Amino acid sequence: MIVTSHNGHTKSYLKPRFRVDIVDERCIRCGCCVEQCSFDSMYFDTQYQRIGSTDENCVACHRCVVFCPTQAITIHQMSIEYKHNDHWRPDVIEDITRQSETGGVLITGMGSDKPWTCYWDKLCLNASQVTNPSIDPLREPMELRTFLGRKPDRLEIDPRTMEMKTTMGPQVRIETPIMFSAMSYGAVSLNVHEALARAASLAGTLYNTGEGGLHPKLFKYGPHTIVQVASGRFGVHPAYLDVGRIVEIKIGQGAKPGIGGHLPGEKVSATVATTRMIPQGTDALSPAPQHDIYSIEDLSQLIHALKEATNYTKPISVKIAAVHNSAAIASGIARAGADMIAIDGIRGSTGAAPKSIRDNVGIPIEMALASVDARLRAEGIRNQVSLVVAGGFRTSADVVKAIALGADAVYIGTAALISIGCTVCQACYTGRCAWGITTTDDKLTKRQNPEIAAERMANLLHSWSHEIKEMLGAMGINSIESLRGNRLHLRGVGLTRAEADILGVRLAGE
Amino acid sequence: MKGLLNPDNRYGDDKSSAACSLFGMLDTTGRRFSSEAVIRAITNMHDRSNGLGGGFAAYGIYPQYPEHYALHVMYMSQAAKANVETYLRAEFDIEHAEPIPTSPANGIVNPPDVWRYFALPKQLDGLSGDDTVVQRVMHVNTSIADAFIFSSGRNMGVFKGVGFPEAIARYFRLEEYQGYLWTVHGRFPTNTPGWWGGAHPFNVLDWTVVHNGELSSYGINRRHLEMFGYFCTLQTDTEVAAYAVDLLVRRHGHSIETLAKILAAPLWSEIDRMPPRERALHQTLRQVYGSLLLNGPFTIIIAHTGQMIGLTDRIRLRPLVAGVRGDVLYLSSEESAIHLVCPDVERTWTPMGGEPVVGTVGVAPGPPKSAATTQAAGRKSARGRG
Repeated sequence: MIVTSHNGHTKSYLKPRFRVDIVDERCIRCGCCVEQCSFDSMYFDTQYQRIGSTDENCVACHRCVVFCPTQAITIHQMSIEYKHNDHWRPDVIEDITRQSETGGVLITGMGSDKPWTCYWDKLCLNASQVTNPSIDPLREPMELRTFLGRKPDRLEIDPRTMEMKTTMGPQVRIETPIMFSAMSYGAVSLNVHEALARAASLAGTLYNTGEGGLHPKLFKYGPHTIVQVASGRFGVHPAYLDVGRIVEIKIGQGAKPGIGGHLPGEKVSATVATTRMIPQGTDALSPAPQHDIYSIEDLSQLIHALKEATNYTKPISVKIAAVHNSAAIASGIARAGADMIAIDGIRGSTGAAPKSIRDNVGIPIEMALASVDARLRAEGIRNQVSLVVAGGFRTSADVVKAIALGADAVYIGTAALISIGCTVCQACYTGRCAWGITTTDDKLTKRQNPEIAAERMANLLHSWSHEIKEMLGAMGINSIESLRGNRLHLRGVGLTRAEADILGVRLAGE
Repeated sequence: MKGLLNPDNRYGDDKSSAACSLFGMLDTTGRRFSSEAVIRAITNMHDRSNGLGGGFAAYGIYPQYPEHYALHVMYMSQAAKANVETYLRAEFDIEHAEPIPTSPANGIVNPPDVWRYFALPKQLDGLSGDDTVVQRVMHVNTSIADAFIFSSGRNMGVFKGVGFPEAIARYFRLEEYQGYLWTVHGRFPTNTPGWWGGAHPFNVLDWTVVHNGELSSYGINRRHLEMFGYFCTLQTDTEVAAYAVDLLVRRHGHSIETLAKILAAPLWSEIDRMPPRERALHQTLRQVYGSLLLNGPFTIIIAHTGQMIGLTDRIRLRPLVAGVRGDVLYLSSEESAIHLVCPDVERTWTPMGGEPVVGTVGVAPGPPKSAATTQAAGRKSARGRG
């Protein structure tokens, strides 16, 4: 959070949150840190011929720490001197202080940093011992290939000719059950968008344009692209729909369920404006609802309109935030004709969202996924849709647990950005990202080389895919479809009986 | 010993896994023969089971009732028998009912009361006779306490319980039966105590499955089958294989070859190398039926009227040997058992992983083309990793 004296004449009551320490005997006065800091924290003190820092501007992005050639810089969290209080915590006091100084809605970036229960950390995976041999993925086949799209209950085959009589809806193949979450061009830089597209192509998976259109330069990655149609309809035109492999209707997002988006005019550069099909420098406001969708039958119309527009060649996905009655909503979406449902949990990330919404609205993805999968099975329609989940996936183990709970695939966003330097400093909404990720500033965006960034992201997918294979092999499974929805391979630790029942898992030792 | 009879799995496991011995024998001319050979064969593999389960499926044993469904029912209490019979009388026309003949046998302790009913369903509710019977069996097995219908086909029957298979044979006096197709199972359960309902073969209608292995995919196989009205009540993973076969072959109309390609699907690396038409078919089969892929080590022998099928998992983690002499097809966990009962066996071979061995009445049995080169090796020894 950049802390400034907001109205120019009032002293801010907010204290700096970080302290930048520079070890003078190490510092060679090269000025690299000053050059790298995009938050105006580091400066060269000409009077004393040394580096100084404006600590209240530091967001702890660690760009200067990483790039200092002599490791002279460390950043420390300022110690908390408030009298201890479990209710009036420092973050609560500071939020109120900040609101009192601005009168505005508190805006923040990334996913919720509140200590929501992470159920992935309370689920143990199974492994084979004696009765069932574990499988070594280095020596035996191990299959992660996944197909997204609507599947029929039954495949009809002519027994004489072996000709298939059932017509399948469009299916999209991914070689690992991990895709990149929706991140729009505008929220992230064009170089990052290109890196996501290239990484998806390298890893045989898909990335998602988010609601910001698609720069023509990236059309060539179309077979690895999910194009989003959201409430602002930014950048939606025939060529955009044609080029994507999947079309996703965005209803909601885990970081900000129930509200729209806001890309400030300062980030709407000439190319962002062209891609979004809006005037340069204007705020890009996505309405909270889609103004042609006020009920499930309206959604059904849009789904079918998009199927018509794409000549029934692409699966249509509907993305919702995980909310209290996700199960019933998902059932409605499946029956409305969607081929995929994407659900984004309360820990889902964003470029910018009101803090009150991000930290309080929605439910954990684990619970939403478990109840949606169970509900669709109870109604006998689970195979009609592919289920993709998102919202704070940190490790390959999180992914494996999600698939065992019932997901076909997961979306990762934050983890992908961390792979290219993001330190989750939560300053994305400022447009000053020192790592050149969430910015459209010409100088800062050059900090991401699409080729290098793509390689780092692809490495992450490669690494997770290997780890998933190891975990599958340990369970005695050699194909991902035998894990999907196979909750017997999960056991809960530290869960209440009610939580275990909702997740549909037994407790460890049972 | 009451626990061994208790259908409620007292350890709460959803499934029990097992290492086992399997044997199957089919006379493809349809000639009926006694159980003597299959009992000797399974006895020869005694060490592969531990006395906690054995069972037989025999086809062609009730020629006097060719059209009637032969319902074999286990009762753990008198109340259960009264409840089931009330239900059966309401739903079926019962041609004949009798206790299944038994004799005391060593190692058979505290058996349930076992009856058989030759019956035809009264009301079809717009369903076929087979579908109606499946529904009635599911009702009894899920809703009536202390009772299990463990065999429900026509002109066939399952005989099973807790004990070594040779003891089960003596107990059920199997020497008195003549059938053209027999499959046998000796069980070595590992994570639940054996109980009568959990012994193999598993059955629905005339489908039976005997299984050696553990299905690591059980959790999803079961949840997928629930969407189609099959509910697993017997707490053994093999049950899903029986229901999957019924769904895929009887209800979805797939051939045995297609069934094998679903249960033990070719690897993607193999599918990717197939000619376009075949590739499209196999890719679509995996897309639609991925939840029915049986994953983990297994060998199964599936049987139904007029046909016996042997199948191993696609990376072949459990043993299976096939043998032929004249019109008779043998399937066994160990080759020695085939040689014991058929010293002049003409050919034996080790089937490839995921490649079904199919014997059909009216069709001369033989190894698949791809097995031709393995015949000599198959003669020497059948090695498995199970």
